[in-house]
Amino acid sequence: MSVLRQSATELLAKLNAGEVTSVQLTQAHLDQIKQHDGQVKAFLRVDPAAALARAKEIDDRRKAKKPLGLLGGLPVAIKDLLCTEGETTTCGSKMLEHFKPPYDATVIKKLKAADAVLIGKTNLDEFAMGGSTENSAYQKTANPWDLARTPGGSSGGAAACVAAGMAPLSIGTDTGGSIRQPAALCGVTGLKPTYGRVSRFGLVAFASSLDQIGPLARTAEDAALLLEVLAGHDPLDSTSVDVPVPKYSETVKQPLKNLRIGLVREHFGEGLEPEVEKAVRDAVEVYKSLGATVKDISLPHGKYGVATYYIIAPSEASSNLARYDGVHYGHRTNEKQMVAELADERNKLVAAGKTAAAEALDNPLVRMYRRSRAEGFGPEVKRRIMLGTYALSAGYYDAYYLKALKVRRLIRQDYDVAFNEVDLIVGPVTTSPAFKLGEKVDDPLSMYLVDLYTVSANLAGIGGISIPCGMSRNLPLGLQLQAPPFEEERLLRAAHMFQQATDWHQQFPAMVPKA
Amino acid sequence: MSEPYTIIIGLEVHVQLATRTKLFCRCSTKFGAPPNTQTCPICIGMPGTLPVMNREAFALGLKTAIALNCQIARFTKWDRKQYYYPDLPKGYQISQYDLPFSQDGHLEISDPKGRFKPKRIGIIRAHLEEDAGKSMHDEVSGQADSKIDLNRTGTPLLEIVSQPDMRSPAEAKAYLQELKLLLTYLGVSDCNMQEGSLRVDANINLHVDTPEGKVATPIVEVKNMNSFRAVERAMEYEAVRHWEVWQETGQRLGQVPKQTRGWDDTAMITRGQRHKEESSDYRYFPDPDLVPVVTTDEELAAVKSSLGELPAQMRTRLEAKYGIKPYDSDVLVSAGQGLVDYYVELADLVGDGKLASNWVQQDVMRTLNEQKVEPAAFAMRPKQLGELLTAIQKGEIDTSRAREVFLEMVASGKSAADVMKAQGIEKVDESELIALCQELIAANPKIVADIQGGKPQAAGNLIGQAKKKNPNINPGRFRELVVELVGKM
Ligand SMILES: [Zn+2]
Repeated sequence: MSVLRQSATELLAKLNAGEVTSVQLTQAHLDQIKQHDGQVKAFLRVDPAAALARAKEIDDRRKAKKPLGLLGGLPVAIKDLLCTEGETTTCGSKMLEHFKPPYDATVIKKLKAADAVLIGKTNLDEFAMGGSTENSAYQKTANPWDLARTPGGSSGGAAACVAAGMAPLSIGTDTGGSIRQPAALCGVTGLKPTYGRVSRFGLVAFASSLDQIGPLARTAEDAALLLEVLAGHDPLDSTSVDVPVPKYSETVKQPLKNLRIGLVREHFGEGLEPEVEKAVRDAVEVYKSLGATVKDISLPHGKYGVATYYIIAPSEASSNLARYDGVHYGHRTNEKQMVAELADERNKLVAAGKTAAAEALDNPLVRMYRRSRAEGFGPEVKRRIMLGTYALSAGYYDAYYLKALKVRRLIRQDYDVAFNEVDLIVGPVTTSPAFKLGEKVDDPLSMYLVDLYTVSANLAGIGGISIPCGMSRNLPLGLQLQAPPFEEERLLRAAHMFQQATDWHQQFPAMVPKA
Repeated sequence: MSEPYTIIIGLEVHVQLATRTKLFCRCSTKFGAPPNTQTCPICIGMPGTLPVMNREAFALGLKTAIALNCQIARFTKWDRKQYYYPDLPKGYQISQYDLPFSQDGHLEISDPKGRFKPKRIGIIRAHLEEDAGKSMHDEVSGQADSKIDLNRTGTPLLEIVSQPDMRSPAEAKAYLQELKLLLTYLGVSDCNMQEGSLRVDANINLHVDTPEGKVATPIVEVKNMNSFRAVERAMEYEAVRHWEVWQETGQRLGQVPKQTRGWDDTAMITRGQRHKEESSDYRYFPDPDLVPVVTTDEELAAVKSSLGELPAQMRTRLEAKYGIKPYDSDVLVSAGQGLVDYYVELADLVGDGKLASNWVQQDVMRTLNEQKVEPAAFAMRPKQLGELLTAIQKGEIDTSRAREVFLEMVASGKSAADVMKAQGIEKVDESELIALCQELIAANPKIVADIQGGKPQAAGNLIGQAKKKNPNINPGRFRELVVELVGKM
């Protein structure tokens, strides 16, 4: 079987057994990128020479029998929202076209220390705002299963590259479903950890209280391996929590006994496509056959999830993105032209006798801010900045932001109650398989609803995983598992149980060679 | 004080806390480094960076707030104050909005000169925030280059907001002096106004007496005051200006937008600053990058016990224990802990608080000033000075000669006894003194007659003659003898 179809765990075993080298593995994935990424457009930047040099260096250390990190030469793709020292980090935005951070994100440091081969930076919706990767300022990523369709988003590049055999492992971020939804639509395994499980230092913030970094991979075992590297307290991130990190890569293989599964009543209502519902119910049957019991539960405030999310996330985003004003970094408008235009506007108004209007013109600094931001941000980012600015404004704060915080607490309470009765909540990730590129771009509201099943986990701060559970019209479907805070181990073990009993995770789009 | 109005002043003081590093990163806070050399990705707000609170800064804030008798919140959080400005790289300042870590305290002020009665100035709140950078630019014409220095960005600031409890410029100045003294004693700030580590903004208006009762005039905020004296002058200027504006316009509080004026210390006037287009909406909200700060009973107790003696307590103690006046205790305490320590040691040695106070305030302080040394580094220790004062107490030397001896002790580093010996100063034997007295009485019948005729001050002439004959005589004792012997005649 082609190395492009093998799991990271299998590849690591082969690396350690000397059956394959990191250079060979890296080269194989680079070849796949070269051959197919012109169509998939999962990567924004790939540096083959640097990746191969790194692979060679790891191979040399392995040959010399020196100790290697947990990822010992496996290629890993990085969402371009994570800072990589000295390398362009665009966040999918024109605003940061030339931004080269002088530091690595904590997870990048950890990946390097674990001897990963960083193979490239993947495409995303601008600043992770979107559910289709169409909001990138650079390119639209396609779904490897059907190039006319979206890979989902915002970690569309991260999911597509794993599905397309361009990287066995990749790093995504999830603010409202941005790992789980693309994982579901691309047929890969994607885990959003508990808020605080993984350091956010070096993750360019979208919504700080919701953002989490997590793994995308071909199997739950691989996701466990990668999470073990990523997780842990970081003194540079006060919101990262000091909870011991289990050896996920070892415990993942242990099946869960007497598993109690909750099915959320509200998940099976209007909007859910029958084929998705069937795949989810079939998956539940698989768990039953593995000894699980199923309980009908309710998350009564879940229906406010999307509304709550679209107040909290844009509010934080409006603040986090204020720094891109063209003064210290970020795109700055052409100043000479801007000053000349301003003078021209003033002269015209004065000539027309409109002195009051001339007086009311922006001063150059304000005009520079406005121009730079107007030119640097795309429409969805602007929409969210405006939403958030509005929600935080005097007179609206209580009715929107504060109310949303209250609902957020209720959503968390729903989960606390539910997890008294069940160990895991099982349900759909999306209402449908991948939709067509362009289908929702002019309808922001329907685009926002793609987060329907995923936002609540972010609002509650709990972990969730998406695993392949079926196909519809030759498109993959995802199953979402959710667990109480810091129970990533439970998620991974349950996902692995499922993958031992099914082969949905072993389906590949045609572009991934069999041999 | 017959003006038909009352002056109402409230002060907002920003104090840079004397931490080694900034509030949310580990950059140095040292003043005076070349521009933009004390910055890091965190304090310049680079994408992806996160703030982590400096516990030392929080502890200094806590210490100050407790000394200001504030209520300490057991749970406090950080908020983002959002506005655009080139010296604010993140587009927001991390501050505290609705749950400051401390509020509702007070500071006692008094005037040793008695211009106002001792009073208590309320503290509304004290909260922590990060400082912005410094910018020098020309945003109006757009012609000049703007320059920004971010060394100061992220330095911890404690903002102390008083109640509008001050009723005169003198009270405002006294409040600032007492606050600065307290901060200095606590060691939480160097309070250097020139370097910007202590900044004052004032809010002032008048309550005018009218037939319908007191009427408040619009509140004006005054900035750019670079010394306490400037604050006092600016408040004096503003009070008069408010009165004139009131007489001219009759404008009341709420009828016009709040105005900001800047003090021009050269012209000695305030000038209106450009109006902001609309009232600012800072869109405060809790900073999601930081976790709330919880203060435990143990921490509070530890800070309280570390406070030491505060200036007000120290003044009271000096007055009670050494019998000195409030004016004197104020001079001593205002000069700092070092001088107080010197004084206390000296006063204990000589057993006379007033004598020690006089010498410390005059001779010691003057010499410290001349030598530009701290009391602890002053070569003449209390023990050595104490020997000189003891000689005065024993009548071995009079005060004016003792001053000369003091100067010689400073110059030569010799002991009091050695200097006195070198200058031939020694105690004159009582019998010798009586003989000299009798001799002069016999030689000056006219003066004796004057004394007998009810002019005791005439004895001064005899003392002068006696000193010429023997410079070592104790003038006090000699006067007593003159009176005694003349009385027996
Ligand atoms: Zn710094």
